[in-house]
Formats: sequence, C-alpha cells, structure tokens
Amino acid sequence: MRMVAEADEDLVEIVLLSLEVSLSAVAIAAVIGMPLGAWLTMYRFPGRRVVIALLNSFMGMPPVVLGLVVYLLLSRAGPLGQYGLLFTPQAMVFAQTLLVLPIIAALTRQTLDDLHRDYDEQFRSYRIGPLPGTFILIREGRYSLATALLAGFGRASAEVGAVMIVGGNINHVTRVMTTTIAMETSKGDFSLALGLGIVLLTIVISINALVLLLQSREKLA
Amino acid sequence: MDKRNLKLVPGRNPGESPDPVPGTDSAAVSSASLAMPGTSRAAAILPLELVDVGLVSGDAALLKEINLAFGGDRTSVILGPNGAGKTLLLRICHGLLSPTTGKVRWRDPDLAMHPAAQGMVFQKPVVLRRSVEDNIRFALKACRVERALHAGCLAHALEASGLGPLAGRRAMHLSGGERQRLSLARCLAVQHRVLFLDEPTAHLDPAATRRVEEMIALIHEDGTRVIMVTHDIGQARRLADEIVFMHRGEVLESGPATDFFARPGTAEAAAYLRGDLIW
Amino acid sequence: MKRPCAGICRVAAVIFLLAAGAWTSAQERFITVASTTSTENSGLFDVLLPRFREQTGIGVRVVAVGTGKAIRMASSGDADVLLVHHRPSEEKFVAEGHGVERLDVMYNDFVIVGPDADPADVAGRGVSAALGNIAAAGAVFASRGDESGTHRKERALWKAAGVEPAGAWYRETGSGMGATLNVASGIGGYALTDRATWLKFANKGDLEILVEGDAVLFNQYGVILVSPERHAHVKAADGQAFIDWLTSDPGQEAIDAYRLEGRQAFFANAARR
Repeated sequence: MRMVAEADEDLVEIVLLSLEVSLSAVAIAAVIGMPLGAWLTMYRFPGRRVVIALLNSFMGMPPVVLGLVVYLLLSRAGPLGQYGLLFTPQAMVFAQTLLVLPIIAALTRQTLDDLHRDYDEQFRSYRIGPLPGTFILIREGRYSLATALLAGFGRASAEVGAVMIVGGNINHVTRVMTTTIAMETSKGDFSLALGLGIVLLTIVISINALVLLLQSREKLA
Repeated sequence: MDKRNLKLVPGRNPGESPDPVPGTDSAAVSSASLAMPGTSRAAAILPLELVDVGLVSGDAALLKEINLAFGGDRTSVILGPNGAGKTLLLRICHGLLSPTTGKVRWRDPDLAMHPAAQGMVFQKPVVLRRSVEDNIRFALKACRVERALHAGCLAHALEASGLGPLAGRRAMHLSGGERQRLSLARCLAVQHRVLFLDEPTAHLDPAATRRVEEMIALIHEDGTRVIMVTHDIGQARRLADEIVFMHRGEVLESGPATDFFARPGTAEAAAYLRGDLIW
Repeated sequence: MKRPCAGICRVAAVIFLLAAGAWTSAQERFITVASTTSTENSGLFDVLLPRFREQTGIGVRVVAVGTGKAIRMASSGDADVLLVHHRPSEEKFVAEGHGVERLDVMYNDFVIVGPDADPADVAGRGVSAALGNIAAAGAVFASRGDESGTHRKERALWKAAGVEPAGAWYRETGSGMGATLNVASGIGGYALTDRATWLKFANKGDLEILVEGDAVLFNQYGVILVSPERHAHVKAADGQAFIDWLTSDPGQEAIDAYRLEGRQAFFANAARR
C-alpha cells in the first residue's frame, strides 16, 4: 500500500506505459473492428456466419497463444522480422490489438445486429441506405458500443501472456503493470506486485463502474 | 403553433405549385370533413397498380396473381385472417419486398420513391432512442422535408397527436400506445402522400386502439391516402371506405366497405365476418 | 442535428493523440541484450546500464529469460548481445557461427538452499554428498526445469553425484529462479540458486543457505556479440562497445563495486587486454 501511495517515478512510468499501450491497442482495434462489425451487420455474403463464428471464438483467444504467434511473426527469423519490432511497445500494441479486435468487432456486430433487426424496415421505409443507416445505428447503440470498447480495454490492460512474450518486460521500455507483477512475484517481492495489483484492480473496477454507468444512461436514453 | 407554415409544405408536392393545401388550412385540423376530393396530395403518385403480383418462398406460394389498383383518396383496409398474406402484400406495395412475379406500378414512380411520398407504420412501433420531439425531427430530416418547415410540422404533429406534453420525454420510456402514437405523429409531421399501416393496433388495449384510430382518421383528413392491414373487423368497419379481403394469398373481394359488410360476395368472407373458422 | 458520429470521432482523436506520445521515447539509440533472469533480478543492470549510457549514449534493453531461451533468441537474430552463464552452450553458439567471440565477464557462485530444519541433513556437506542425501531422504527439491543456465548446472551436479533425479520429491517448476525459490519456500524444499538472486529474493521464509563454497558451484558469466555476418541488422558497433566497456576497467570496477544486501554479488574476471 505504501508503494502505491509513494508512487515513485518508475511506478508512474509503468502505469502510464500500460495505459498507453492498451489505449492505443483499443483505439486501433476500434478503428478496424467497429467498421468490420458494422459491415458484418449490414451486408450478407456467403461465409458470413463462419466469419461471425470465428470472431466469437477468437474473443476467448488465450493471450499467451496470441503472444507466441505475434512473437514468431515479429522475430527476425519471422515474416515481419525486417521491421525489428520485437521487444518494442509497438509489438505489445500489435499483440493487444489482435487480442481485442475480435472482442470489439463481435460486440459491435451483436449490438448493431440487434438494432438492425428493430430498425431495418423503418429505415428502408425512409429509403435510408445501408451506410447512413449504419451511422444512425451507431448513434442509437453508442452506449453499448462504448461498453464494447471498455471490455476491450479491460481485457488488454489485464493480460500478461502476450505482452510478456512480445515485449520482453524490458525495464523503461516494455515493462507494463502485468509483466512487472509477474516479475516481482518471481523475485518474491510481493509488496510491489501487490501495489501494482491494486492499481490494476482499481482500473478494472473503474471500467466496470463506467460500464454500469453507461448501462443506466442507456436505460434513460 | 404556426399554422401558416403548414400551408407551405412543398416537400409533399415537389414539382407542383406550392399552393396552399386547403385540407391543412383550417385551425380545426382535428375536425372532420377537411379532406377535399381532388385536392389530395396523393393524386400525383396514384393510382398504385399491382399487376399479376405473386410471391413464392421455397415451395410455398404466399401470394397468387394479385391484381389491384389503389386510387382516389379513400381509406382502404386489407382484411383477412392470419396467414392470408396481408402484411406481405403491404410490404410489396411499399417496396420493402420484391414480388417474385408481376409488377408494382405507381403513376409517378420517381416521385413515389421519395421518402416523403409514402410512409409505413409497423405493428411493433419503431422509435429511436431519443426524445419524442427528436424522433419527429428525425423523420422530417430522413424524409428530406425542407428545414424551414420543420418547426411548423413538428408543432402540428405534437398537437394533433396529443403528444405535446410528452415532447421532451425519452421515446423508450413511452407506453406501447404512446409509442404507436409517436409513429403516427411522425407521419403527421411529414404528411406522406400515401401511408401504409400494418396492424398498428395489434398490441394495444382498447383505449389506446381508439386513440390510434382517431389519429389514422386525422391523417386521412389531412389529405393522406391510407392503406392499412388489419384482422380486426370492428376496426375495418370504423375506418374503411374500401375493403380488400384476402385469404390464403389471394384477393377474394375488393370493393366499397358498405357493400362488403352488407353483402359479402364469397362464402369465406361471410364466414370471416360471422367469426367462424374459415378453411 | 449534429453529425451522429461526431462524438465517436472526437474520442478516437483524443486516444490517438495520447497514443502518439508513447512512441517518441522509442526512437533513441539502443541495443538489445538477451540475458538471464538471475542477472536481471539481481539488480546489477540497474547500476551498470545507466553508467554505460552516460559514457556512450547507447541505451541497453535487456530481455531477461532463461539461458536456453536467451540463446535461441540470439540465434534467430532477436538480440545484439548475449550475456548468459552456461559455458558449453555459449561455446556451441559461437562454434555454430551465431556469435563472434565469447569473453569472460564475471562470476558468482551457486548455493544450495533449504529449510533450516534440514530434514535431509545436507548443511555444510560437499555438493555431491548433499544431493545424495536429498535423493536418499526423498526430500522435496525444486528444480527450474527450464533449460536455463542454472538448470543445466543443476543437472550436471546430479550427474556428478551419481543420482538420477526423478520421483515425487523432484519438482520441476518450468519457470524462473525467483518463481522456483517461491515454490521451495512454499513447500519447504531444497533448491539450487545463484547467489545474487538469493540475496535479492524477498520471500525466503525459513529457507537458508545450507551448501556453499564447493569449487563445483562456480558460476561463470560470458558475453558474446551476435554475428553480424549471420544477422545483417545486428548493431555490431554499439554491441561491441557494450562488450568492450563491460570487459574494460571501468566496467569491471563497476561490477566489483556492486553490493547486494551489503555483500559483493559478482566478481569481475574479464581477461586483461
């Protein structure tokens, strides 16, 4: 507890890096995943159900497995090795983006699908095309979509498997909250690990409080 | 409420002279006898003709060789038991469904496809997650009604629907009856040339049903051609000028309501009116 | 009416701006060193690296894994310099052409720790005798089991003692030194550990050093530049600068001066050049 209160520079650096990595990952995943989810809602094509089933399964992808795949991709011996991204924050963002992309895409699709069912005929009655219709659905589902982003952020900030493998837990470069907790625990230094655990828990609880708030706002809307 | 705005709603008659529409001129919008034959704004796009319309899904023929014409400015009710294909026919008329065979012809197809030209009210009211007022504004915008007219149209719709006191209320907090009135208020605001209604009172209690029926009558008086589907014989008696009776995907009768109710021309219609199970 | 997506666009823009700040720091000059958890956990790098950076302007990023994984990492070109402690593996690495040259840097020693009650009666004995007693008593022994330098050393010691470690008493954790010590501490078992990790380890419980000072417990660290011929992107000049500094007088003195819990943890022994 004292460690948290004293909040030395290193600790602040670690917390900030964690937030930056996870927020970036969520932002990128949102930019790709939300249009993907919307596209899956609005356009029917052969294999659509397979894509949806795959997305839903990837929501439960174990971070370590994903970490390993990204490691092999980014390693100098791997297909993306020439960019030298392994053991950088970018690598961690890349891995976490892949981790939360299915969550955001699948939840977006689910939200918009439900709304689409309600509004499709009315929009077609107004001769509103699929693209403008999508924007209206996004506005209608904004609270649920924000919840999807928060779910993605919660998952990204709490995972350790992927960032440990592709980031390497390098001091001052790729050391984030979860990898520090793992490392400090292995050193038997439980106090710092516990301190960071409390910070992480606070973040996760705040996210859930925000989700509850959004849900009550949605009921009022 | 600025009623003078209501005279100038060319969004309903683009391409025509923006002459005042007599039907909306009077302060007593809610009083009867406002509909003036020949001045209906529906005239520009009607008649709507269905020629040999058929709809097949898999092996099932859902609609068979339907030939109908909707003209004039009277209220048509499509009546029939569940499964007769009434709702499908309505959706084909409105363009939400394409028939497998046959044609749907409007007098002015381009004008008819304008979102303000024809509207539809669904069995389950569709409202957006925003206030009553904003729902109506959304409809005005979606139907591309001229922005300068929005305030007047909105005020008219709120007053005529009786939703004025609820204008700021979130639509999701309305009762089922209030939601359906909101759906109709949107149509009042836009003043479609033709309005399709698909069993708009199916989920409502008698009091709410009555208020919705009053609004439908009002919309008709406002100069909109109403075509509605119901299986409620009483409602058909109250609202219909013309009846189209459907059974098993076929139109068995169509004609003036008074004739239909007095002397049904088919055994099925007679049985349906008696309340018997029909085959 | 405002544009429906305006709010979402604004939020996205703010997040991107936040994210952009993260990468500015990533543009510095640096090398990547593959090393072992024991060196990283000892805290030695926290003293050495800032000093090296001060003198040369080169940042050093240490990825701390087991010796086996560190060598594999370097073999696939994911590090510039390798700093580990298992001489046979290091020489094999150089012989296979992955590394340029292996140089001694420093040493410390391994110790065997165990519960102070010492159920297998190993305190003060030689390593072979101690391991023999542990096996004979079936006392719990926590092994790294992760192909790290420590694990390889431990297997060599069992072999020298003439014991094949197997059975319910022999627990392979498959994880780092600290995690393995946590296990030993948790179940009151014995374990082989490098002294630096032990000194820094905070969850000792009733564990204490029972065997130390045996000549076979010597733990030599070596440093190798990953071959730029094999991996063209290796930062050879900066990596060599780091190796030169580590084996030079300032580097060697810094190693000797490092104190852990008041004790010298590493002993510099690079060949004078």
